[in-house]
Amino acid sequence: MNGIHDLGGMHGMGPIAPPAEEPVFKFDWERKVFALFCPAALAAGFNVDEFRHAIEQMDPAHYLESSYYEHWLASFETLMVEKGVLTQEELDARYDELKGAA
Amino acid sequence: MPHDHNHSHTEPPSDVVLRVKALESLLLEKDLIDPEALDLIADAFEHKIGPRNGARVVAKAWTDPEYLERLRTDATAAIAELGFSGLQGEHMAVVENTSTVHNMTVCTLCSCYPWPTLGLPPVWYKSAPYRSRVVVDPRSVLAEFDVSVPDDKEIRVWDSSAELRYLVLPERPEGTEGWTEDQLIDLVTRDSMIGTGFPKTPTDIQ
Repeated sequence: MNGIHDLGGMHGMGPIAPPAEEPVFKFDWERKVFALFCPAALAAGFNVDEFRHAIEQMDPAHYLESSYYEHWLASFETLMVEKGVLTQEELDARYDELKGAA
Repeated sequence: MPHDHNHSHTEPPSDVVLRVKALESLLLEKDLIDPEALDLIADAFEHKIGPRNGARVVAKAWTDPEYLERLRTDATAAIAELGFSGLQGEHMAVVENTSTVHNMTVCTLCSCYPWPTLGLPPVWYKSAPYRSRVVVDPRSVLAEFDVSVPDDKEIRVWDSSAELRYLVLPERPEGTEGWTEDQLIDLVTRDSMIGTGFPKTPTDIQ
């Protein structure tokens, strides 16, 4: 599919600006999202291709604006709901609850 | 214009942190995740699995002609000989730099990267500027890494597929005749195995 993820050859994406050093995970939430991959794949029964496909379904503007592990998070949420492990209502309700408590 | 991921997101949107917490807490309640196991996985990639593994492969290839030959014929098996295999390294190809060819690797469609040999990719490898540009203008990309390849040297850019991961085999630096594998490892940088850099020279590490 020729979606927004198909970035090869696009112009105007700006400088790469590689830093000399960077941590493996910049934030604790990134560390968590990364580590969730295997248990999430086992729990929901998805493979890497389905995982990637779910990333490619993201809204194109959001895809470009969000960071790598946000793509993973979006994919997990989509697949958990699609595979029937969680419902969107459960996710939304828990988010609201946490937001209220924050 | 999309903003630059290397400079924005200094603070993650709290929205993301809450979404991660929501997902994590629900999976925990359903007994689908084990927090200790999650921590071990992340810890392994922070402290154990990294470019030092790939450097071992490169240094061995530089010192052992029979190993180099095995690497050329079946890279996946040759890399597994050294204990590096598994997720995101199931199918490996080694691309060899020579006096006439410089190789670079990318994953334009996402961020495929050989985890067992290089660890997790740096942020720039996963971001739009590198993925979009390296396939059409590799020399300007190299310039951002302060690397220059002579004009008469061919640059080959390898775009990872969903299955295949590439490891660049850089040229052995001059002045390292007689060095052992263990000595050579210290010269092999992560970027030299992606193709956005060269190995260090003996002078660099003096």
